[in-house]
Amino acid sequence: MNVIISLLAVIVLGVIAYVGVEGAGLRVLFGVIIPYAAVLTFFVGMVYRVIDWAKSPVPFRIPTTAGQEKSMPWIKPQPIENPSTRGGAIVRMILEVALFRSLFRNMKLDFRQGPKVRYSSEKFLWLFAILFHYSFLVTLLRHLRFFTDPIPAWVVGLESIDSMFKVEVMTPVIEIGLPALLLSGLVLGGMATLLLVRRLWIPQVRYISLPADYFPLWLIIGIAITGILMRYVIRVDVVGIKELTMGLATLSPALPDGVSGWFFVHLFLVSVLFAYFPFSKLTHMAGVFLSPTRNLVNNSRAVRHVNPWMTEPVKYHTYAAYEDDFRELMVEAGLPVDKELEPEDESADDKGEKE
Amino acid sequence: MATKLSADVLGNIDHKPPKQGWMDTKPEFLPGTYLYPVNPESLKAIGAPGAREWNPTESDWKLPADWQGTIKAGIKDRLNRFRSFKLFMDICVRCGACADKCHFFIGTGDPKNMPVLRAELLRSVYRQDFTALGKVFKKMAGGRPLTEEVIKEWFYYFFQCTECRRCSLFCPYGIDTAEITIIARELLNLIGCQIDWIGTPVANCNRTGNHLGLQPHTYKENVEYLLDDIEEYAGVRIEPSFNRKGAEILFVTPSGDVFAEPGIFTFMGYLMLFEHIGLDYTWSTYASEGGNFGFFTSHETMRKLNRKMYAEAERLGVKWILGGECGHMWRVVNQYMDTLNGPATFLEKPKSPITGTVFDNAASTKMVHITEFTADLIKNNKLKLDPSRNDHLKVTFHDSCNVARGMGMFEEPRYVLQNVCNNFYEMPPQTTREQTFCCGSGSGLNAGEYLEMRLRGGLPRANAVKAVHEEHGVNMLSCVCAIDRAVFPALMDFWVPGVAVAGVSELVANALVMDGENEREYNLRGEEIPTAGDDDAGEEE
Ligand code: SF4
Ligand code: SF4
Repeated sequence: MNVIISLLAVIVLGVIAYVGVEGAGLRVLFGVIIPYAAVLTFFVGMVYRVIDWAKSPVPFRIPTTAGQEKSMPWIKPQPIENPSTRGGAIVRMILEVALFRSLFRNMKLDFRQGPKVRYSSEKFLWLFAILFHYSFLVTLLRHLRFFTDPIPAWVVGLESIDSMFKVEVMTPVIEIGLPALLLSGLVLGGMATLLLVRRLWIPQVRYISLPADYFPLWLIIGIAITGILMRYVIRVDVVGIKELTMGLATLSPALPDGVSGWFFVHLFLVSVLFAYFPFSKLTHMAGVFLSPTRNLVNNSRAVRHVNPWMTEPVKYHTYAAYEDDFRELMVEAGLPVDKELEPEDESADDKGEKE
Repeated sequence: MATKLSADVLGNIDHKPPKQGWMDTKPEFLPGTYLYPVNPESLKAIGAPGAREWNPTESDWKLPADWQGTIKAGIKDRLNRFRSFKLFMDICVRCGACADKCHFFIGTGDPKNMPVLRAELLRSVYRQDFTALGKVFKKMAGGRPLTEEVIKEWFYYFFQCTECRRCSLFCPYGIDTAEITIIARELLNLIGCQIDWIGTPVANCNRTGNHLGLQPHTYKENVEYLLDDIEEYAGVRIEPSFNRKGAEILFVTPSGDVFAEPGIFTFMGYLMLFEHIGLDYTWSTYASEGGNFGFFTSHETMRKLNRKMYAEAERLGVKWILGGECGHMWRVVNQYMDTLNGPATFLEKPKSPITGTVFDNAASTKMVHITEFTADLIKNNKLKLDPSRNDHLKVTFHDSCNVARGMGMFEEPRYVLQNVCNNFYEMPPQTTREQTFCCGSGSGLNAGEYLEMRLRGGLPRANAVKAVHEEHGVNMLSCVCAIDRAVFPALMDFWVPGVAVAGVSELVANALVMDGENEREYNLRGEEIPTAGDDDAGEEE
C-alpha cells in the first residue's frame, strides 16, 4: 500500500511538471523558480538541521565500543573500534562514512525451530547501499558538466572513467553512435530498484516501511529513468539544456525554446528531491557525522567530561542520614560509627537529604 | 508459570510479521510477558512522580492528570538535552539492519521487538508533534497521536529491551536503541509507569545502600557466613573490615554478590584474593551497591545513587576505588560516573599497591575493575595459582553487554581465565565480544513474574552456550556481571541443563594457593574437587 501511494506521488509530480511546461507553458516556474527554491531549501534546511542537532549537547560519552579498550600496556587495544584518541575516532568515522563499516558487519539470522539459531554474514544490503551512494555521487559530480564552462578536467576525466565500463545498448529504438550508457547512472537506477525490491521482499523490512521510505527511492528511480531516456531515447536539445543550466549556475537564468518537457520532468523531480532532503530521513547524510555512538573517544574513565546541564549539586541520601537510621544496629553489629549512640530521646530531625 | 513452559512451546517462534500494520496492533498483557507495576511507596520514597495503585491488565491505568502534556514537555526537554535522542529520532532510514539483532526479537518473533520498530513506537509520536512533515502529513509521514494505547505499548516494549546496545553495533549510523529506551523509560517514569523490579530496588539502594533493602548488620552477618564457608573449604580465616576509615582502597561490588548463589561464591573469591595479596581495603555498608538501578529510571536518579560511592570514598579517606564484577555498574562507571559526580579530586590516580602498576585508563574516575586488577596481578606473577584444581570444569566466557559494548573489556577476563583454568572454550564468534548476546534479563528485567520473556530473550545466548556444551562438553559459564550470575542459572536449567554459572573471581579463588590453606578437597561451593587420580576427572558434566 505504502509503496503504491509513494509511486503515485512521484508519477503525479512528473505529470505536473510535464503538463505545467508543455500544457501551461510554465517554463519559468519549472525551469527557474522551483530549481532555485529547491536548492535554497536544501542548503538552508540542511544547515538548519545540523545546527539544530549541534545545539543539543552530548552530555555523556556513549561510544559503542566494538573492540578492546586501552587498558594496560601489554593488552593490545583496538584503536579504531574502540578509540582512545581523537585520531582513532576520526579514522573510525572515515571508515564508517566512506566504507559503511558498521553495515559491513551485518549478520543474518537463520532460525530453525527446535530452536536452533545460526548467524551468517549478510553483505547484500552493504553492497547495494555502497554502490547506490557512490554511483549517486559520481552521477552528481558528472552533472557538473552542465554547470561549468569550460568543463573542469576532472569532471571530464570522471566521465571518461565512468564510460570506460560503458554498456553498449543496441536495440532498434536506440540509434547506433549514441553515447554509451554511463555506468553510474545505470548502477544508480539499478541499486535504487534493488533497494526497493529488498524493502518489499523481506517481510520484516516491508512491515516497517513507511511511505517516506519508498518515496525517495521512487523519486530517484524516476530521476534515473528520465535521465537515461533523455540521453538515448527521446531527442532533447542538449545545447539548449546546457544554456539553461549554465544560466542557472551563473545566476542569469535563460530559457531557450525547444527544451523538451521531459527535461523539465527530470529537473522537477531533482528539485523535489533536493527540497525534500532536509525534512526527511535523507538527513542521515549529515547526521551520520554527528552520531555520538560513533564519533566519540572512549576515554571517560581517563579524562573528565563535563555535562553542561547537570551542574547543580545532586541531592543524595548521605552517610549521616544512613547512620541516623541504623546507628543502633550498626553499633550492635560492631560496625564503626561516626556519632556514638547517645542517651535516649535524642531528637533527630535530619531530613536525610543533603545538597 | 515456569513449569508450564517447555522448550517446544518457546521454540515455536514465527518471525513473520502479521498482516495488520503495527500501529493497529496492540500488546496483550499476558502473564509472564509483562512486569508488575511499581509499589507506590517506592516511588514516594525517592520523590518520584505518579505514585498510585494501578494494574497493567486493566483498561484504566489511572494516568495522572495532563499526562499528555507531561510526556510532550518531557520529550521536548530531552530533545534539547540529548543530541543522541534528537539525532536518533531523525536519521533512521529503516533499513532493517538492526532488525534481527535483538535477542527479544529472536526469542519472540514479535516485530515490535525489532530495534527499529521499538524506536518507531516513540518516533511516531515525535514525528506527529515535533516535525514539519509530520504536522502536515500525519500518518502518511509515519506519525500518530499520543494516546493511552501508546503509553501501554511503550510500557510493554520499553521494558522488553535490556538496553544491551547490540542493535547499535550494526546500525550504519550508530543509532542506539538503548539510548531511546533510556529516554522512553524516563518519560514513562514522569507519569509513574515504572516497574517494581526497578522502582523498589532504587528506593532500597537509596536508603539502605543495597537493592534488597538489607540493613547494615544483616549485610555484615551475611559476609560472616561466607567467611565461615571459606574457612571450612579452604582452611583460612579471613577478617575483612567494614566502613574503616583510612583504608587504602574502597571495594564496591553489586550487593547481589553478598546474598545469592552463585554470586556469593564470586564474593568469596574477592575475599580470598585480597587476603592472598594482603590488600589494605575496606567494604562499605553504606555504599554497598555497585549496581545502579537508577540507570533504568532516569539520569538524575542514576546520579543520585552513584553519588554515594564517591561520598563514601571521601568520608573514609581511601586513595581509590576498586569495583567488583558487574555489568551495568561498569557501564555507569565508564560512561557516566565522572561526568555525573566528578571530579574526584579527593582520590588519587589508582596504583596497584602490589605490582606498582598505575592505571592510567582510570586516571579520572579513580576506579579500577577487579578483572583488570587481577589480570595485572597475574601478569606480574603475584598470585600462586594451581589451575588444575579447575580441571573438572570446561569453561566458556560470557561477555556481558555493558562491559562489552559500553566499555570494551574483552581481553582481561580471557587472560585471567586462561591462567586459572586449563579448559577454556569460546562460544561461536557471532555471539561473543562486541557481538555478544544479552542474558535477556538485564536493565531491571530480572523479575520472577517475567520468566517467560526472560527465557525467550535469553535464547540466543543459551543457544551459543549449547553449541560449546555439545561440542566441547562445556559445563561452566563464567561471566563478570552480577545480573548474569543471578539469571543465568534459570536460563541454563531451561535451555542447556548441565551448565553451571560462576563469576571469574570464583574460578580465580579456586585456583589460588593461599598461605596456610588446607589440602583443598572442596571448592567454594562445597563440592568435592575431583582429584587428578580420578579416572573421570575432567569428563564430568
Ligand atoms: S539499522 Fe539503524 S538505520 Fe537501519 S533501521 Fe535500524 S536503527 Fe534504523
Ligand atoms: S538495546 Fe538490545 S534489547 Fe534493546 S532493542 Fe537493542 S538489541 Fe534489543
